[in-house]
Amino acid sequence: MEIMGLPLIYYGAMILKVLLAFVFVLLTVAYATYAERKIIGHMQVRVGPNRVGPMGLLQPIADGIKLFFKEEIIPSEASKFAFLLAPLVALIPAFISFAVIPFGDVIEIAGYKIPLQIAAFADNAGTVFDLNIGVLYILAMASLGVYGIVLAGWSSNSKYSLLGGLRSSAQMISYELAAGLAIVCVFMVSQSLSLHAIVADQAGLFGWYLFRNPFTFLAGIIFFICSLAEINRTPFDLPEAETELVSGFCTEYSSMKYAMFFMAEYANMVTVCAVTTTLFLGGWQGPLPSVLNFIAKVYFLMFVCMWIRATYPRYRYDQLMKLGWKVFLPSTLFLIVGNAIWITLFK
Amino acid sequence: METLFFSIVAAIAILMSILVIRCKNPINSALSLIMTFFCLATLYVMLEAPFMAAIQVIVYAGAIMVLIVFVIMLLNIRTESGRRTQHALFLGAATGLFLLFQTWYFLSRSSLTGAKGAIDSAAIAKVGHTELIGQSLFTEFLLPFEITSILLLAAIVGAVVLAKKKV
Amino acid sequence: METIAIPAINMSVIAPEMILSVVAMALLLINVFVKNEQKGYLGYLSIAGILVTLYSLTIGWGAPQDGFSGSVVQDNFAIFFKGIFLVSAAMSILITDQYLQREGCNQGEVYPLMLFATVGMMLMASGTDLMTIFLGLEVLSVSLYVLAGFNRGSIRSNEAGLKYFLLGAFSTGFLLYGMALTYGATGTTKVVKIAAAAQSGMVSSNLMLVAGMLLMATGFAFKVAAAPFHMWTPDVYEGAPTPITAFMSVGPKAAGFAAFLRVLLVALPVFKAEWSSLLWVLAVLTMTVGNITALYQQNIKRMLAYSSIAHAGYILVGFTAGNAVGTSGILFYMLSYAFMNIGAFAVIILVGKKGEENNNLADYAGFGYKHPALGVAMCVFLFSLAGIPPAAGFVGKFYLFSGAIQAGYIWLAIIGVLNSAASVYYYLRVMIYMYFKEPTEDFNWVRLSPAFIICLIIAIAGVMIPGVVPGTILELAQKAILM
Repeated sequence: MEIMGLPLIYYGAMILKVLLAFVFVLLTVAYATYAERKIIGHMQVRVGPNRVGPMGLLQPIADGIKLFFKEEIIPSEASKFAFLLAPLVALIPAFISFAVIPFGDVIEIAGYKIPLQIAAFADNAGTVFDLNIGVLYILAMASLGVYGIVLAGWSSNSKYSLLGGLRSSAQMISYELAAGLAIVCVFMVSQSLSLHAIVADQAGLFGWYLFRNPFTFLAGIIFFICSLAEINRTPFDLPEAETELVSGFCTEYSSMKYAMFFMAEYANMVTVCAVTTTLFLGGWQGPLPSVLNFIAKVYFLMFVCMWIRATYPRYRYDQLMKLGWKVFLPSTLFLIVGNAIWITLFK
Repeated sequence: METLFFSIVAAIAILMSILVIRCKNPINSALSLIMTFFCLATLYVMLEAPFMAAIQVIVYAGAIMVLIVFVIMLLNIRTESGRRTQHALFLGAATGLFLLFQTWYFLSRSSLTGAKGAIDSAAIAKVGHTELIGQSLFTEFLLPFEITSILLLAAIVGAVVLAKKKV
Repeated sequence: METIAIPAINMSVIAPEMILSVVAMALLLINVFVKNEQKGYLGYLSIAGILVTLYSLTIGWGAPQDGFSGSVVQDNFAIFFKGIFLVSAAMSILITDQYLQREGCNQGEVYPLMLFATVGMMLMASGTDLMTIFLGLEVLSVSLYVLAGFNRGSIRSNEAGLKYFLLGAFSTGFLLYGMALTYGATGTTKVVKIAAAAQSGMVSSNLMLVAGMLLMATGFAFKVAAAPFHMWTPDVYEGAPTPITAFMSVGPKAAGFAAFLRVLLVALPVFKAEWSSLLWVLAVLTMTVGNITALYQQNIKRMLAYSSIAHAGYILVGFTAGNAVGTSGILFYMLSYAFMNIGAFAVIILVGKKGEENNNLADYAGFGYKHPALGVAMCVFLFSLAGIPPAAGFVGKFYLFSGAIQAGYIWLAIIGVLNSAASVYYYLRVMIYMYFKEPTEDFNWVRLSPAFIICLIIAIAGVMIPGVVPGTILELAQKAILM
């Protein structure tokens, strides 16, 4: 049985992969909130949530129920359409980035080769065909995330929200550039934009692009920092700075719409960690079964995110802009040049 | 299947571009424009030009439109002011009809496929779309590619000259 | 991974452009270290750069070569036009510093921007790929938009910059759309290959190519300010800082014509009958609209703006002819137009003072008696603009019109001569104000700096010498035609 030249099992596998990735992200998001509170709690010599369920493990569910039953408030002067649209726009790009991320090696089911990457298929020889501009697709989706926050800030008709929205759009545009340029270092080594090819090229610890040469190492670190800024994580969480902006763009949001922003934040964190893993930490390559390698690396990076949150205070707005434009942008340009020289010299 | 998909995307693109000029609220116009860009990106994908599609989304939807939305928000333009006069409406309709007639005449008389260049589906399948763009930028269009750097430099200098606070 | 074979790069083809861009970039860096009142030195540095570029140009004369897989060519035609651009840029730079200091906006970036604009023009003149021509045009336009709005304190200058930007972007759209359709019809952007493709009846009978040609013609007509696409000219010329007006009334117009000539003569000779009749209409409209509107102007900058439209019309007469005499006439006329127009603007700058541009005709009352030398210089330029012998303007017009007659466009030549006669009225009116009205001011603020003296001497020499002995330059122009 074939549809458009491909056996039916490919379509079944595709749907299964979508479900798998979706459930993975959702579960991770739910328990990332719990993990964050626990980890920060321990770092600050507190206990963290421990009342709901054993060791507080049911806390995310309790939080979810609480948010679900909260009153839905729409400010009277808000632009309703944009106000309702904004949380969706914030959440969707975070999820659909996963379409191109390879979270495992090619597996074999009933004689068919199935790559563990949503937008990909493999022929019988095991050659994987995926979106050959995967990296650009991720950049494109990342650049769309800003609309959710901007729309939320504008449509709430509140000055705190507006300021939060403006801050975040300026911040995301600024750091997108440096992040994009840092990825250029990866292209230069991989000579491909396909994420499957990029992961396949990173076998072994010293095959990881992070350790390939000094320039990609720095590029990896800069990419991770810029990504933190792009998803508004601490220390770059100015758009929702509680002390100045009364939580910024989501001041006027409540109930499920607030929960969606909350989920978007954590889903973005998962995505960013997954992208960093894929581009710099060898993706699913490693000693464990391929999917577990991937998950372990992603969780490690998420731990680092939380660690950073527990450690660093927030940047001031001008410091943030200075860091983006005057430090990261020139240094990524320098890295590209340096990387080119390195590749030419040590072929 | 492909024709059906194309028709849907094209219809959305047209609808959205009509909304761009019909919306009273500038933010909604901007959002419609973003949707139009998305539809264009989809069409690029169907034309076997995924790189163009990605660039379309990154540059237009992701960067330029963010700046436009940014400016609209800063200026806080809520709704359109000023009314269209009867006169302008008539002129606009007349021009529109004339352009429509012109388009019809043009489409009925000319061969739209024109001459084919060296790069076709087979070449794209063999080398890859992104690679082909890179190759032609560094071979056939090397000089124009380099000129753009002068262009960007001149534009940056110009922007700084016109906009910086103190001379 | 396969490697890319980079084709042979012939750097000597773009040597002049490279030298000039490097000078411009170096000036940008030097500018940071130069004190505000000494920015004039940057002008001299850029003139030195222009002279070096001019020298590098002369090497290539008579030995046409192309490079970058046919994107660019260095032939006599391009070199002649580049000479015009460089001379006009140098002369405009000479008169820039004093004006900017007077108006208090002497930012050093003006010189790099003028040089970038010149680089853009040079690329337009030598571009044989529609992409090169388009990007050259963009480099030119972007620099000019900024230069037109350079005096940030003046509302007029801001208005000029913004208007020029909006209309310029609009016209760029036409040009690019035309290029896209041409590419679609012929499958190439190289002018030579377009010509080859258009040989086949399949392509040349395609309406798409015709539409492409028409849209490109519209775009170029905007850039050279031909009627009915001239609306931006008076406002922009009036509002822009005067040295910049001088700069953009000559070089960009010449660059527009250079690219226009190359596209029509080299790429689309198949449609010669069609574009000739199109240009016929454009030429008549442009001359007539320019001259008649200029008759009513009280502001001398606006008057010269309309006169520049009229001159674009004269050049279109030679273009319509499309033969050797007409084309060499265009080259000759563009060169002499550079001298006479920039000379006239130099005098206009001197008449103004801080905060008062003194651009109304009444402000010129008695100027000829208070400053006899400047008065005579202005008369020479105006005579040349009017096309009165023995100035260069006469010789240029003579060749343009005789080209038209040779090609059989007798009526066009007659209309041109009539227009030329009408134009004498408004040029003479300035002289009447200068010599036949009682002075109301003592013009004691007029200060002739060495730079101005050099510029005026060059301008007068450039107007008179080719006017009296046109032989040498005419010979060069005849060697530089595209056929």
